[in-house]
Amino acid sequence: MTDEGLKLLAAALAIGLGSLGPGLGIGMLVSKAMEALGRNPEAQGALFTNFILGLAFAEAIAIYALVVALIIKFV
Amino acid sequence: MRNRAVLIALGIIALIVVGRLFFPGPAPHVSLKAEPVLHLGGLAIENTTVAAWASIAVILLVFWRASRTASLIPSGRSWQNALEIVLDMFLNLCNNVAGPRNARRFFPLVVTIFLFIFVSNYLGLLPGYHTIGWVEEGEHGSVWSEVHLGPLNVAILPFNAQQVEGLDAHAPEGATIGTLAPWLRSANTSLNTTLAIALVAMAFIEFWGLRALGFGYLGKFINVRRLLRGDIMNGLIDLFVGLLDIISELARLISLSFRLFGNIFAGEVLLSVMTYLVSWVLIVLFLGLELLVGVIQALVFALLALVFATVAVTAHGEEGHEAQPTHH
Repeated sequence: MTDEGLKLLAAALAIGLGSLGPGLGIGMLVSKAMEALGRNPEAQGALFTNFILGLAFAEAIAIYALVVALIIKFV
Repeated sequence: MRNRAVLIALGIIALIVVGRLFFPGPAPHVSLKAEPVLHLGGLAIENTTVAAWASIAVILLVFWRASRTASLIPSGRSWQNALEIVLDMFLNLCNNVAGPRNARRFFPLVVTIFLFIFVSNYLGLLPGYHTIGWVEEGEHGSVWSEVHLGPLNVAILPFNAQQVEGLDAHAPEGATIGTLAPWLRSANTSLNTTLAIALVAMAFIEFWGLRALGFGYLGKFINVRRLLRGDIMNGLIDLFVGLLDIISELARLISLSFRLFGNIFAGEVLLSVMTYLVSWVLIVLFLGLELLVGVIQALVFALLALVFATVAVTAHGEEGHEAQPTHH
């Protein structure tokens, strides 16, 4: 395999494996948030802020993977 | 009635297939770096900078239009009323997160970050962005046909443009081959823009922390109180925790800027790849997805800035007792 091919494979693996964890995390977050919302619809305001925050932190890890993939591909 | 629905569905599918076969979109060209549009002296003005100015101009125009006829009780359908709904929403958010004492201090930064990111994300989805610009001639890219438009010599990309890898035989004689350097490109697809917003936000956050807690704020990062008292073990732990706090402060900068950049840049790449694959009808779904991402990322950035600011002005001891009344 050429160096260029290895680089492409590495970038694909970096973002592919790197988004596994955050994907699971966001799924759990959303399911729990929906559950909480179903039980207590009045809590929407407080829930929404914390929900978006949790989403951001879970997503940040996928973003790190994306950064690594971009660095492998372009730098 | 049923027959008509089936016919419409078939028509749409036929349109997708025929469109893909005979009029495919241009092959995606991904450039991580923002392309320069103009060179003023030694300074290269990038297309994302131009787009950032454009979104600032749009925000200014909208707010000028709304505040030109400002009244204490705006009428139901006025621009002022529409904007006040947005601003009121954010003031409530600040009140909920930071408490009434700090809400009005944080509000301008939070709402400015939101409006700028929101407007530039949405403007970046307009036609004209990423499609009009100079052609940088090169070895590979698309085949452009030249059009003479008065004094301007314009290259346009034919709908069923050909893709060329290297200068080989099937490139037509005299045609321009190259990649597009667009004049406008969604402002947040350049790391420079997002890093600038993150730097401004973090500078404000540190400033507010210093002003609220005085030198006690720096004690969070360099904590030598217990070390000076002779408690070596715990003192070293405090020093290490301080170091971790410094690192996490820097990581905030990285994750804030890269989150926005990554989302919007990946969105652009997704759109250009999907334009190539399903240039007809189905692309609308992805545009809708990008509309969602645009507003959520703007909200996330503003909200994170607000929460970091709230944490920064909260002293170590009083956390959870008084400063965040409605959060818990």
